[in-house]
Amino acid sequence: MPDLGSYAVEVMSAYAVSITLLVAVVALSFVQSRRARRALDEAEGRARDA
Amino acid sequence: MTALLLRDLRLAFRSGGGFGLALAFFLIVTILVPFGVGPDTSTLRIIAPGILWVGALLACLLSLDRIFAIDREDGSLDLLATAPIPLEGVVAVKALAHWLTTGLPLTLAAPLFGVLLNLAPPGYVWLTLGLALGTPALSMIGTFGAALTVGLKRGGLLLSLLVLPLYVPTLIFGAEVAQRGTSNLDPTTPLALMAGITAGATALLPFAAAAALRVNLR
Amino acid sequence: MSFWEFANPRRFMGIADRIVPWAFALAALCLVTGLTWGFFFTPDDFRQGSTVKIIYLHVPSAMMAINAWAMMLITSLVWLVRRHHVSALAAKAAAPVGMTFTVIALATGAIWGQPMWGTWWAWDPRLTSFLILFLFYLGYIALWSAIEDPDTAADLTAVLCLVGSVFAVLSRYALLFWNQGLHQGATLSLDKEENISDVFYFPLLVCIAGFVLLFIALVFYRTATEIRLRRLHAISLRERMA
Repeated sequence: MPDLGSYAVEVMSAYAVSITLLVAVVALSFVQSRRARRALDEAEGRARDA
Repeated sequence: MTALLLRDLRLAFRSGGGFGLALAFFLIVTILVPFGVGPDTSTLRIIAPGILWVGALLACLLSLDRIFAIDREDGSLDLLATAPIPLEGVVAVKALAHWLTTGLPLTLAAPLFGVLLNLAPPGYVWLTLGLALGTPALSMIGTFGAALTVGLKRGGLLLSLLVLPLYVPTLIFGAEVAQRGTSNLDPTTPLALMAGITAGATALLPFAAAAALRVNLR
Repeated sequence: MSFWEFANPRRFMGIADRIVPWAFALAALCLVTGLTWGFFFTPDDFRQGSTVKIIYLHVPSAMMAINAWAMMLITSLVWLVRRHHVSALAAKAAAPVGMTFTVIALATGAIWGQPMWGTWWAWDPRLTSFLILFLFYLGYIALWSAIEDPDTAADLTAVLCLVGSVFAVLSRYALLFWNQGLHQGATLSLDKEENISDVFYFPLLVCIAGFVLLFIALVFYRTATEIRLRRLHAISLRERMA
Protein backbone atom coordinates (compact mmCIF):
# COMPACT_ATOMS: atom_id res chain seq x y z
CA MET A 1 0.00 0.00 0.00
CA PRO A 2 1.29 3.46 -0.83
CA ASP A 3 1.15 6.09 1.87
CA LEU A 4 -1.91 8.16 1.03
CA GLY A 5 -1.39 10.68 3.80
CA SER A 6 -4.38 12.53 5.16
CA TYR A 7 -6.48 12.05 2.02
CA ALA A 8 -6.65 8.25 2.20
CA VAL A 9 -10.42 8.20 2.65
CA GLU A 10 -11.05 10.44 -0.35
CA VAL A 11 -8.76 8.58 -2.72
CA MET A 12 -9.98 5.16 -1.63
CA SER A 13 -13.65 6.12 -1.89
CA ALA A 14 -13.15 7.65 -5.35
CA TYR A 15 -11.59 4.40 -6.56
CA ALA A 16 -14.24 2.32 -4.83
CA VAL A 17 -17.17 4.29 -6.30
CA SER A 18 -15.74 4.32 -9.83
CA ILE A 19 -14.77 0.68 -9.92
CA THR A 20 -18.14 -0.33 -8.48
CA LEU A 21 -19.95 1.66 -11.16
CA LEU A 22 -17.79 0.26 -13.96
CA VAL A 23 -18.30 -3.29 -12.73
CA ALA A 24 -22.02 -2.59 -12.40
CA VAL A 25 -22.43 -1.41 -16.00
CA VAL A 26 -20.41 -4.36 -17.32
CA ALA A 27 -22.41 -6.80 -15.18
CA LEU A 28 -25.69 -5.23 -16.30
CA SER A 29 -24.68 -5.54 -19.96
CA PHE A 30 -23.65 -9.14 -19.35
CA VAL A 31 -26.95 -10.08 -17.70
CA GLN A 32 -28.98 -8.33 -20.41
CA SER A 33 -26.98 -10.04 -23.14
CA ARG A 34 -27.39 -13.49 -21.60
CA ARG A 35 -31.13 -12.97 -21.11
CA ALA A 36 -31.56 -11.78 -24.72
CA ARG A 37 -29.50 -14.70 -26.05
CA ARG A 38 -31.54 -17.25 -24.10
CA ALA A 39 -34.90 -15.72 -25.07
CA LEU A 40 -33.88 -15.55 -28.72
CA ASP A 41 -32.67 -19.17 -28.79
CA GLU A 42 -35.95 -20.24 -27.28
CA ALA A 43 -38.01 -18.22 -29.77
CA GLU A 44 -35.98 -19.46 -32.72
CA GLY A 45 -36.44 -23.01 -31.48
CA ARG A 46 -40.18 -22.48 -31.37
CA ALA A 47 -40.12 -20.94 -34.83
CA ARG A 48 -38.28 -23.97 -36.22
CA ASP A 49 -40.64 -26.45 -34.53
CA ALA A 50 -43.71 -24.74 -35.84
CA MET B 1 -53.04 29.64 -40.53
CA THR B 2 -54.80 32.61 -39.03
CA ALA B 3 -57.89 30.45 -38.72
CA LEU B 4 -55.86 27.83 -36.88
CA LEU B 5 -54.43 30.45 -34.56
CA LEU B 6 -57.87 31.85 -33.78
CA ARG B 7 -59.24 28.37 -33.23
CA ASP B 8 -56.48 27.50 -30.79
CA LEU B 9 -56.93 30.75 -28.93
CA ARG B 10 -60.68 30.22 -28.69
CA LEU B 11 -60.20 26.71 -27.38
CA ALA B 12 -57.73 27.91 -24.78
CA PHE B 13 -60.09 30.62 -23.59
CA ARG B 14 -63.13 28.40 -23.51
CA SER B 15 -61.58 25.54 -21.57
CA GLY B 16 -60.06 28.10 -19.22
CA GLY B 17 -57.20 25.71 -18.53
CA GLY B 18 -54.56 27.52 -20.54
CA PHE B 19 -53.68 30.86 -19.25
CA GLY B 20 -55.79 31.15 -16.13
CA LEU B 21 -54.15 28.09 -14.67
CA ALA B 22 -50.62 29.12 -15.61
CA LEU B 23 -51.11 32.56 -14.09
CA ALA B 24 -52.57 31.13 -10.89
CA PHE B 25 -49.67 28.69 -10.67
CA PHE B 26 -47.17 31.51 -11.15
CA LEU B 27 -48.90 33.51 -8.40
CA ILE B 28 -48.83 30.57 -6.00
CA VAL B 29 -45.13 29.93 -6.60
CA THR B 30 -44.39 33.59 -5.94
CA ILE B 31 -46.41 33.49 -2.74
CA LEU B 32 -44.87 30.25 -1.53
CA VAL B 33 -41.27 31.39 -1.87
CA PRO B 34 -41.37 33.92 1.02
CA PHE B 35 -42.82 31.17 3.21
CA GLY B 36 -39.83 29.05 2.32
CA VAL B 37 -37.05 31.60 2.71
CA GLY B 38 -38.58 33.92 5.29
CA PRO B 39 -40.11 37.38 5.03
CA ASP B 40 -36.84 39.33 5.16
CA THR B 41 -37.21 41.88 2.35
CA SER B 42 -33.51 42.28 1.64
CA THR B 43 -33.16 38.53 1.01
CA LEU B 44 -36.25 38.54 -1.17
CA ARG B 45 -34.93 41.48 -3.14
CA ILE B 46 -31.79 39.53 -4.02
CA ILE B 47 -33.54 36.37 -5.16
CA ALA B 48 -36.60 38.02 -6.75
CA PRO B 49 -35.39 38.00 -10.41
CA GLY B 50 -34.39 34.35 -10.25
CA ILE B 51 -37.60 33.27 -8.53
CA LEU B 52 -39.76 35.12 -11.04
CA TRP B 53 -37.90 33.50 -13.92
CA VAL B 54 -38.09 30.00 -12.49
CA GLY B 55 -41.76 30.53 -11.64
CA ALA B 56 -42.57 31.69 -15.17
CA LEU B 57 -40.68 28.74 -16.60
CA LEU B 58 -42.56 26.21 -14.48
CA ALA B 59 -45.89 27.87 -15.23
CA CYS B 60 -45.04 27.63 -18.92
CA LEU B 61 -44.42 23.92 -18.52
CA LEU B 62 -47.89 23.25 -17.12
CA SER B 63 -49.91 23.59 -20.29
CA LEU B 64 -47.37 22.10 -22.71
CA ASP B 65 -48.81 18.61 -22.97
CA ARG B 66 -52.17 20.07 -24.05
CA ILE B 67 -50.67 21.61 -27.17
CA PHE B 68 -51.04 18.45 -29.27
CA ALA B 69 -52.68 15.93 -26.96
CA ILE B 70 -56.24 17.27 -27.29
CA ASP B 71 -55.95 17.59 -31.05
CA ARG B 72 -54.67 14.06 -31.26
CA GLU B 73 -57.53 12.67 -29.19
CA ASP B 74 -60.29 14.13 -31.36
CA GLY B 75 -58.42 13.39 -34.58
CA SER B 76 -57.93 16.98 -35.69
CA LEU B 77 -54.17 16.50 -35.61
CA ASP B 78 -54.45 14.00 -38.47
CA LEU B 79 -56.52 16.55 -40.38
CA LEU B 80 -53.92 19.23 -39.75
CA ALA B 81 -51.17 16.90 -40.97
CA THR B 82 -52.98 16.38 -44.28
CA ALA B 83 -53.99 20.03 -44.60
CA PRO B 84 -52.47 22.13 -47.39
CA ILE B 85 -50.36 24.18 -44.99
CA PRO B 86 -46.97 22.66 -44.11
CA LEU B 87 -46.72 20.90 -40.77
CA GLU B 88 -43.84 23.22 -39.82
CA GLY B 89 -46.30 26.11 -40.12
CA VAL B 90 -48.84 24.29 -37.96
CA VAL B 91 -46.20 23.76 -35.30
CA ALA B 92 -45.13 27.41 -35.38
CA VAL B 93 -48.74 28.57 -35.08
CA LYS B 94 -49.32 26.18 -32.20
CA ALA B 95 -46.28 27.58 -30.43
CA LEU B 96 -47.48 31.12 -31.07
CA ALA B 97 -50.90 30.28 -29.63
CA HIS B 98 -49.25 28.76 -26.59
CA TRP B 99 -47.14 31.86 -26.13
CA LEU B 100 -50.14 34.18 -26.47
CA THR B 101 -52.07 32.22 -23.85
CA THR B 102 -49.25 31.61 -21.35
CA GLY B 103 -46.03 33.47 -22.13
CA LEU B 104 -47.64 36.83 -22.75
CA PRO B 105 -49.87 36.84 -19.63
CA LEU B 106 -46.90 35.67 -17.55
CA THR B 107 -44.78 38.50 -18.91
CA LEU B 108 -47.45 41.06 -18.12
CA ALA B 109 -48.05 39.64 -14.64
CA ALA B 110 -44.38 39.34 -13.70
CA PRO B 111 -43.86 43.02 -12.69
CA LEU B 112 -46.97 42.78 -10.53
CA PHE B 113 -45.63 39.71 -8.76
CA GLY B 114 -42.27 41.47 -8.57
CA VAL B 115 -43.88 43.86 -6.09
CA LEU B 116 -44.66 40.91 -3.84
CA LEU B 117 -41.01 39.89 -3.82
CA ASN B 118 -39.78 43.45 -3.36
CA LEU B 119 -37.94 43.57 -6.68
CA ALA B 120 -35.53 46.50 -6.96
CA PRO B 121 -37.11 49.34 -9.02
CA PRO B 122 -34.72 49.35 -12.03
CA GLY B 123 -35.35 45.65 -12.45
CA TYR B 124 -38.97 45.92 -13.57
CA VAL B 125 -38.24 47.07 -17.08
CA TRP B 126 -35.51 44.51 -17.65
CA LEU B 127 -37.49 41.67 -16.12
CA THR B 128 -40.47 42.38 -18.36
CA LEU B 129 -38.33 42.91 -21.42
CA GLY B 130 -36.36 39.74 -20.71
CA LEU B 131 -39.51 37.68 -20.26
CA ALA B 132 -41.04 39.15 -23.38
CA LEU B 133 -37.99 38.10 -25.40
CA GLY B 134 -37.38 34.81 -23.60
CA THR B 135 -40.81 33.22 -23.22
CA PRO B 136 -41.28 32.69 -26.99
CA ALA B 137 -38.25 30.39 -26.83
CA LEU B 138 -39.83 28.56 -23.90
CA SER B 139 -43.05 28.04 -25.87
CA MET B 140 -41.17 26.89 -28.95
CA ILE B 141 -38.94 24.43 -27.08
CA GLY B 142 -42.00 23.21 -25.22
CA THR B 143 -43.87 22.64 -28.46
CA PHE B 144 -40.96 20.53 -29.66
CA GLY B 145 -41.14 18.50 -26.45
CA ALA B 146 -44.90 18.10 -26.84
CA ALA B 147 -44.41 16.90 -30.42
CA LEU B 148 -41.92 14.28 -29.21
CA THR B 149 -44.20 12.89 -26.52
CA VAL B 150 -47.61 13.23 -28.19
CA GLY B 151 -47.91 9.51 -28.85
CA LEU B 152 -47.36 8.50 -25.25
CA LYS B 153 -50.12 7.74 -22.80
CA ARG B 154 -48.57 9.41 -19.81
CA GLY B 155 -46.22 11.78 -21.56
CA GLY B 156 -46.62 14.68 -19.13
CA LEU B 157 -43.88 13.74 -16.70
CA LEU B 158 -41.49 12.64 -19.43
CA LEU B 159 -42.21 15.90 -21.22
CA SER B 160 -40.93 17.94 -18.29
CA LEU B 161 -37.85 15.73 -18.00
CA LEU B 162 -37.06 16.32 -21.67
CA VAL B 163 -37.91 20.00 -21.83
CA LEU B 164 -36.41 21.35 -18.61
CA PRO B 165 -32.74 20.73 -19.55
CA LEU B 166 -33.44 22.49 -22.86
CA TYR B 167 -34.64 25.52 -20.92
CA VAL B 168 -31.28 26.01 -19.22
CA PRO B 169 -29.65 28.53 -21.59
CA THR B 170 -32.76 30.71 -21.78
CA LEU B 171 -33.11 30.68 -18.01
CA ILE B 172 -29.46 31.56 -17.45
CA PHE B 173 -29.53 34.56 -19.77
CA GLY B 174 -32.99 35.65 -18.68
CA ALA B 175 -32.15 35.62 -15.00
CA GLU B 176 -28.86 37.34 -15.78
CA VAL B 177 -30.70 40.15 -17.59
CA ALA B 178 -33.01 40.70 -14.61
CA GLN B 179 -30.13 40.40 -12.14
CA ARG B 180 -27.99 42.95 -13.96
CA GLY B 181 -31.00 45.18 -14.40
CA THR B 182 -31.66 45.29 -10.68
CA SER B 183 -28.04 46.04 -9.83
CA ASN B 184 -27.69 48.79 -12.46
CA LEU B 185 -25.21 46.89 -14.61
CA ASP B 186 -25.48 46.80 -18.36
CA PRO B 187 -27.87 43.94 -19.25
CA THR B 188 -27.73 44.28 -23.02
CA THR B 189 -25.21 41.46 -23.60
CA PRO B 190 -27.25 38.66 -22.01
CA LEU B 191 -30.37 40.22 -23.51
CA ALA B 192 -28.90 40.00 -26.99
CA LEU B 193 -27.73 36.43 -26.40
CA MET B 194 -31.17 35.43 -25.15
CA ALA B 195 -32.85 37.08 -28.13
CA GLY B 196 -30.45 35.08 -30.27
CA ILE B 197 -31.58 31.83 -28.66
CA THR B 198 -35.22 32.80 -29.17
CA ALA B 199 -34.60 33.64 -32.81
CA GLY B 200 -32.65 30.44 -33.39
CA ALA B 201 -35.27 28.32 -31.65
CA THR B 202 -38.16 29.79 -33.59
CA ALA B 203 -36.26 29.42 -36.85
CA LEU B 204 -35.08 25.82 -36.46
CA LEU B 205 -37.23 24.00 -33.92
CA PRO B 206 -40.44 23.99 -36.03
CA PHE B 207 -38.61 21.66 -38.43
CA ALA B 208 -37.52 19.32 -35.64
CA ALA B 209 -40.98 19.39 -34.06
CA ALA B 210 -42.70 18.74 -37.39
CA ALA B 211 -40.34 15.82 -38.04
CA ALA B 212 -41.20 14.37 -34.61
CA LEU B 213 -44.93 14.86 -35.29
CA ARG B 214 -44.69 13.06 -38.63
CA VAL B 215 -43.00 10.12 -36.93
CA ASN B 216 -45.70 10.05 -34.28
CA LEU B 217 -48.51 10.17 -36.82
CA ARG B 218 -47.05 7.40 -38.95
CA MET C 1 -14.50 -3.83 -47.13
CA SER C 2 -16.67 -0.78 -46.91
CA PHE C 3 -17.47 0.84 -43.60
CA TRP C 4 -21.18 0.33 -44.33
CA GLU C 5 -20.78 -3.43 -44.08
CA PHE C 6 -21.31 -2.86 -40.38
CA ALA C 7 -24.84 -1.80 -41.22
CA ASN C 8 -25.83 -5.36 -42.05
CA PRO C 9 -26.98 -6.81 -38.72
CA ARG C 10 -25.73 -10.30 -39.52
CA ARG C 11 -22.30 -9.05 -40.53
CA PHE C 12 -22.25 -6.80 -37.51
CA MET C 13 -23.01 -9.69 -35.17
CA GLY C 14 -20.21 -11.73 -36.69
CA ILE C 15 -17.73 -8.90 -36.32
CA ALA C 16 -18.94 -8.00 -32.84
CA ASP C 17 -18.63 -11.58 -31.61
CA ARG C 18 -15.03 -11.62 -32.78
CA ILE C 19 -14.07 -8.16 -31.50
CA VAL C 20 -15.80 -8.05 -28.13
CA PRO C 21 -13.68 -10.58 -26.18
CA TRP C 22 -10.48 -8.92 -27.38
CA ALA C 23 -11.75 -5.45 -26.64
CA PHE C 24 -12.81 -6.44 -23.15
CA ALA C 25 -9.47 -8.14 -22.51
CA LEU C 26 -7.49 -5.15 -23.79
CA ALA C 27 -9.67 -2.74 -21.81
CA ALA C 28 -9.18 -4.76 -18.64
CA LEU C 29 -5.43 -4.92 -19.28
CA CYS C 30 -5.16 -1.15 -19.82
CA LEU C 31 -7.37 -0.29 -16.88
CA VAL C 32 -5.59 -2.63 -14.48
CA THR C 33 -2.17 -1.45 -15.66
CA GLY C 34 -3.07 2.22 -15.70
CA LEU C 35 -4.90 2.28 -12.40
CA THR C 36 -2.30 0.15 -10.60
CA TRP C 37 0.48 2.30 -12.02
CA GLY C 38 -1.35 5.45 -11.03
CA PHE C 39 -2.41 4.24 -7.62
CA PHE C 40 0.78 2.56 -6.41
CA PHE C 41 3.66 3.94 -8.41
CA THR C 42 3.15 7.65 -8.90
CA PRO C 43 4.33 10.33 -6.50
CA ASP C 44 1.97 12.67 -4.70
CA ASP C 45 1.49 16.14 -6.09
CA PHE C 46 3.26 18.79 -4.04
CA ARG C 47 0.08 20.80 -3.56
CA GLN C 48 -2.70 18.25 -3.88
CA GLY C 49 -1.09 15.39 -1.97
CA SER C 50 -2.39 11.94 -2.75
CA THR C 51 -5.71 13.23 -4.12
CA VAL C 52 -3.97 13.67 -7.45
CA LYS C 53 -4.45 9.91 -7.90
CA ILE C 54 -8.14 10.56 -8.53
CA ILE C 55 -7.17 12.05 -11.88
CA TYR C 56 -6.77 8.56 -13.38
CA LEU C 57 -10.51 8.03 -13.01
CA HIS C 58 -11.84 11.56 -13.24
CA VAL C 59 -10.29 12.72 -16.51
CA PRO C 60 -10.87 9.57 -18.63
CA SER C 61 -14.48 9.19 -17.49
CA ALA C 62 -15.22 12.86 -18.13
CA MET C 63 -13.69 12.65 -21.60
CA MET C 64 -15.62 9.54 -22.45
CA ALA C 65 -18.88 10.95 -21.07
CA ILE C 66 -18.71 13.69 -23.69
CA ASN C 67 -17.36 11.42 -26.43
CA ALA C 68 -20.16 8.93 -25.82
CA TRP C 69 -22.72 11.66 -26.47
CA ALA C 70 -20.84 12.68 -29.61
CA MET C 71 -20.88 9.07 -30.77
CA MET C 72 -24.63 8.92 -30.12
CA LEU C 73 -25.06 12.09 -32.14
CA ILE C 74 -23.17 10.62 -35.09
CA THR C 75 -25.01 7.29 -35.01
CA SER C 76 -28.34 9.11 -34.68
CA LEU C 77 -27.50 11.15 -37.77
CA VAL C 78 -26.54 8.00 -39.66
CA TRP C 79 -29.85 6.46 -38.65
CA LEU C 80 -31.83 9.50 -39.76
CA VAL C 81 -30.03 9.79 -43.08
CA ARG C 82 -29.30 6.22 -44.12
CA ARG C 83 -31.84 4.27 -42.01
CA HIS C 84 -29.40 1.63 -40.79
CA HIS C 85 -30.96 -0.06 -37.79
CA VAL C 86 -27.62 -1.03 -36.29
CA SER C 87 -26.74 2.63 -36.05
CA ALA C 88 -29.87 3.52 -34.07
CA LEU C 89 -29.36 0.55 -31.78
CA ALA C 90 -25.73 1.51 -31.20
CA ALA C 91 -26.88 4.92 -29.98
CA LYS C 92 -29.35 3.23 -27.64
CA ALA C 93 -26.65 0.86 -26.41
CA ALA C 94 -24.18 3.66 -25.74
CA ALA C 95 -26.48 5.84 -23.63
CA PRO C 96 -26.33 3.92 -20.32
CA VAL C 97 -22.56 3.58 -20.66
CA GLY C 98 -22.19 7.30 -21.24
CA MET C 99 -24.42 8.00 -18.27
CA THR C 100 -22.28 5.76 -16.06
CA PHE C 101 -19.17 7.69 -17.13
CA THR C 102 -20.94 10.96 -16.35
CA VAL C 103 -21.81 9.72 -12.87
CA ILE C 104 -18.22 8.57 -12.30
CA ALA C 105 -16.89 11.95 -13.40
CA LEU C 106 -19.34 13.76 -11.11
CA ALA C 107 -18.72 11.47 -8.14
CA THR C 108 -14.93 11.50 -8.36
CA GLY C 109 -15.06 15.24 -8.93
CA ALA C 110 -17.13 15.75 -5.79
CA ILE C 111 -14.81 13.54 -3.75
CA TRP C 112 -11.81 15.43 -5.12
CA GLY C 113 -13.43 18.80 -4.58
CA GLN C 114 -14.11 18.24 -0.91
CA PRO C 115 -10.45 18.32 0.28
CA MET C 116 -9.15 20.66 -2.45
CA TRP C 117 -11.83 23.32 -2.72
CA GLY C 118 -13.43 22.69 0.68
CA THR C 119 -16.75 21.80 -0.91
CA TRP C 120 -18.38 18.77 -2.50
CA TRP C 121 -20.17 20.79 -5.05
CA ALA C 122 -19.73 24.22 -6.58
CA TRP C 123 -21.86 25.79 -9.27
CA ASP C 124 -18.89 25.94 -11.52
CA PRO C 125 -19.48 25.92 -15.31
CA ARG C 126 -17.75 22.60 -15.87
CA LEU C 127 -19.50 20.86 -13.00
CA THR C 128 -22.87 22.28 -13.87
CA SER C 129 -22.59 21.37 -17.53
CA PHE C 130 -21.87 17.81 -16.51
CA LEU C 131 -24.96 17.79 -14.36
CA ILE C 132 -26.95 19.00 -17.36
CA LEU C 133 -25.30 16.35 -19.55
CA PHE C 134 -26.50 13.80 -16.99
CA LEU C 135 -30.06 15.16 -17.33
CA PHE C 136 -29.80 14.82 -21.11
CA TYR C 137 -28.74 11.18 -20.79
CA LEU C 138 -31.60 10.60 -18.37
CA GLY C 139 -34.18 12.12 -20.74
CA TYR C 140 -32.75 10.24 -23.72
CA ILE C 141 -32.93 6.87 -21.95
CA ALA C 142 -36.39 7.63 -20.56
CA LEU C 143 -37.69 8.47 -24.05
CA TRP C 144 -36.28 5.22 -25.46
CA SER C 145 -37.98 3.16 -22.79
CA ALA C 146 -41.28 5.05 -22.99
CA ILE C 147 -42.04 4.36 -26.66
CA GLU C 148 -43.17 0.89 -27.64
CA ASP C 149 -42.65 0.81 -31.39
CA PRO C 150 -38.89 0.42 -31.93
CA ASP C 151 -38.65 2.45 -35.14
CA THR C 152 -40.68 5.32 -33.74
CA ALA C 153 -38.50 5.28 -30.64
CA ALA C 154 -35.35 5.31 -32.76
CA ASP C 155 -36.60 8.28 -34.81
CA LEU C 156 -37.76 10.35 -31.86
CA THR C 157 -34.67 9.74 -29.74
CA ALA C 158 -32.48 10.60 -32.72
CA VAL C 159 -34.29 13.93 -33.11
CA LEU C 160 -33.97 14.52 -29.36
CA CYS C 161 -30.25 13.72 -29.54
CA LEU C 162 -29.77 16.27 -32.31
CA VAL C 163 -31.68 19.06 -30.61
CA GLY C 164 -30.19 18.11 -27.26
CA SER C 165 -26.67 18.39 -28.63
CA VAL C 166 -27.29 21.93 -29.83
CA PHE C 167 -28.74 22.92 -26.48
CA ALA C 168 -25.96 21.13 -24.57
CA VAL C 169 -23.39 23.24 -26.38
CA LEU C 170 -25.48 26.37 -25.82
CA SER C 171 -25.72 25.58 -22.12
CA ARG C 172 -21.97 25.09 -21.94
CA TYR C 173 -21.32 28.61 -23.20
CA ALA C 174 -24.21 30.09 -21.25
CA LEU C 175 -22.69 28.63 -18.09
CA LEU C 176 -19.32 30.17 -18.84
CA PHE C 177 -21.10 33.47 -19.00
CA TRP C 178 -23.03 32.75 -15.82
CA ASN C 179 -20.27 32.01 -13.38
CA GLN C 180 -16.50 31.93 -13.13
CA GLY C 181 -15.34 28.52 -12.10
CA LEU C 182 -13.17 26.86 -9.51
CA HIS C 183 -12.25 24.16 -11.96
CA GLN C 184 -8.89 24.47 -13.67
CA GLY C 185 -8.64 24.75 -17.41
CA ALA C 186 -7.50 22.00 -19.74
CA THR C 187 -4.27 20.31 -18.72
CA LEU C 188 -4.04 17.84 -21.57
CA SER C 189 -4.06 20.05 -24.64
CA LEU C 190 -1.45 19.22 -27.22
CA ASP C 191 -0.46 22.78 -27.98
CA LYS C 192 0.16 24.25 -24.56
CA GLU C 193 3.38 24.83 -22.67
CA GLU C 194 2.11 24.13 -19.20
CA ASN C 195 0.75 20.62 -19.22
CA ILE C 196 0.60 17.97 -16.58
CA SER C 197 4.02 16.47 -15.84
CA ASP C 198 5.11 13.22 -17.44
CA VAL C 199 5.02 11.23 -14.20
CA PHE C 200 1.24 11.62 -14.14
CA TYR C 201 0.82 11.84 -17.89
CA PHE C 202 1.80 8.31 -18.97
CA PRO C 203 -0.35 6.33 -16.54
CA LEU C 204 -3.16 8.75 -17.36
CA LEU C 205 -2.78 7.95 -21.06
CA VAL C 206 -3.00 4.23 -20.31
CA CYS C 207 -6.17 4.84 -18.27
CA ILE C 208 -7.71 6.90 -21.07
CA ALA C 209 -6.94 4.08 -23.50
CA GLY C 210 -8.57 1.69 -21.05
CA PHE C 211 -11.74 3.76 -20.84
CA VAL C 212 -11.92 4.13 -24.62
CA LEU C 213 -11.48 0.39 -25.10
CA LEU C 214 -14.03 -0.38 -22.41
CA PHE C 215 -16.50 1.93 -24.12
CA ILE C 216 -15.91 0.29 -27.50
CA ALA C 217 -16.26 -3.19 -26.02
CA LEU C 218 -19.44 -2.29 -24.16
CA VAL C 219 -21.03 -0.57 -27.16
CA PHE C 220 -20.37 -3.53 -29.46
CA TYR C 221 -21.53 -5.97 -26.82
CA ARG C 222 -24.69 -4.03 -25.96
CA THR C 223 -25.53 -3.34 -29.61
CA ALA C 224 -25.39 -7.07 -30.26
CA THR C 225 -27.81 -7.52 -27.36
CA GLU C 226 -30.14 -4.92 -28.83
CA ILE C 227 -30.04 -6.65 -32.22
CA ARG C 228 -30.95 -9.96 -30.57
CA LEU C 229 -33.84 -8.26 -28.73
CA ARG C 230 -35.03 -6.74 -31.98
CA ARG C 231 -34.97 -10.13 -33.70
CA LEU C 232 -36.87 -11.58 -30.76
CA HIS C 233 -39.44 -8.81 -31.13
CA ALA C 234 -39.83 -9.62 -34.82
CA ILE C 235 -40.28 -13.34 -34.13
CA SER C 236 -42.90 -12.76 -31.45
CA LEU C 237 -44.77 -10.40 -33.78
CA ARG C 238 -44.78 -13.08 -36.47
CA GLU C 239 -46.05 -15.67 -33.98
CA ARG C 240 -48.86 -13.40 -32.92
CA MET C 241 -49.84 -12.88 -36.55
CA ALA C 242 -49.93 -16.60 -37.25
